[in-house]
Amino acid sequence: MSLLSNTTALLGKELRTEFRSRELLTTTVVFVLMVIVLFSFTFETSSESRRFGPGLLWLAFLFAASLMLQPCFLREQANDTLSALRLSVDDPFAIFLGKLIANTCFLLLTELLLLPIFAVLYNVPILPVLGWLVLVLFLGSLGVSIAGTALSAVSAQARMRELLLPLLLLPLLTPVLVASTQVTAALLDPAPYVEWKGIGFLAVFDLVFLTALWLFGEYLLEE
Amino acid sequence: MNPPGIVAAGLHFENIGKRYGSLFALRHVTLEIASGDCVVLAGRNGSGKTTLLRIAAGLSRPSSGSLKFSSAASCTKDGQVKTGFVAHATMVYDELTAEENLLLFAKLQGIPNAHGRVQLLLADVDLADRRDSLVRTFSRGMRQRMAIARALLREPSILLLDEPATGLDPHGAAWLAGTLRRLRDGGCTMLMSLHGESEVSAMATRAVRLDTGKVVADTASGASLKSILTFADA
Repeated sequence: MSLLSNTTALLGKELRTEFRSRELLTTTVVFVLMVIVLFSFTFETSSESRRFGPGLLWLAFLFAASLMLQPCFLREQANDTLSALRLSVDDPFAIFLGKLIANTCFLLLTELLLLPIFAVLYNVPILPVLGWLVLVLFLGSLGVSIAGTALSAVSAQARMRELLLPLLLLPLLTPVLVASTQVTAALLDPAPYVEWKGIGFLAVFDLVFLTALWLFGEYLLEE
Repeated sequence: MNPPGIVAAGLHFENIGKRYGSLFALRHVTLEIASGDCVVLAGRNGSGKTTLLRIAAGLSRPSSGSLKFSSAASCTKDGQVKTGFVAHATMVYDELTAEENLLLFAKLQGIPNAHGRVQLLLADVDLADRRDSLVRTFSRGMRQRMAIARALLREPSILLLDEPATGLDPHGAAWLAGTLRRLRDGGCTMLMSLHGESEVSAMATRAVRLDTGKVVADTASGASLKSILTFADA
């Protein structure tokens, strides 16, 4: 019960501070928009867009996520608020849960804002498969957020923190990137189909990393 | 008599050691702090005061030795003694208002009637009229009052303070001394690090000096309070 109430309180704090400062969302949306717009000029035919678009889209989301996840624990250090949180919660997993739900929301919001622009610029119809696309965006973003939030806690305490997070995050998330791209490519195919293997992989990845975070997250916050 | 909610508690550091790689921050620190005591930790920068306070707060694990609390009654849901910690940093969010900050920590700590408790504390620290202002607009003194209000949310039996008077003007220091005196008289045990003599140090019942992670002087062993606070030879 206290895990749920603590997570809710922390999620409220994350959303309130972000919507007040709009630091993360603005940077991420602008970054992904630039990548999508710039690369839209390089593809000439619709078949090229369908072939390369999904990979490009997920690559842009991944880089945007690494931008978004960097300050996640870093800004708790300015006033040592992480210590205050550690002293206040019964279960430190609530700190991770609040942050990773907030990160997933921010990432999903960015993706949902930019998906229609991607569809128009790359000339791919998304409406018939919108439900499945939202599912793969959710599973992919959750995977990115779980691993990214954990690594953000590790890198925030390190000396070369700005360099460390992308260095750790990108190789770890390569399987998520590959699976998400395959599922998205299948959905945007002229004859769309659901790539169940990829969806299953994303669900298992999320479950395994969430369990690992629940079991070992406490040690990541220790001094 | 203790104010309602405050239960007297003491703490006992037994042979505490803390090392960061090859650096020893604390070496064999043994200290018995009786309930209701107000103990000042003195020492030069890097002597181990902050490390000892963070271990007492539960934020850092000792590399060796143990820390025990003694209490007339258990205070939190899981039977632990309630501690409050005022660190060198304010430990509050700049992007939240004074009220939002305290409400957040009150909810996380599961304090019943959180809203009422927060209003009471805001009035106590003289920030009631700034409850809706963002903390980033506060002066250093106001931030320090916020830090103290946050530490007092759960009516701690033991209050740990790391240089609480830093950055306060004479008026702020007098307010701090008055607040701490009230808490001490209410039965709250206090352990605080300080630099030099001040209005705050005047309320100490005991002083301990640390040097390179070791206890080198203690008024309980006959050293004078003044010599410990001014780093003079005891």
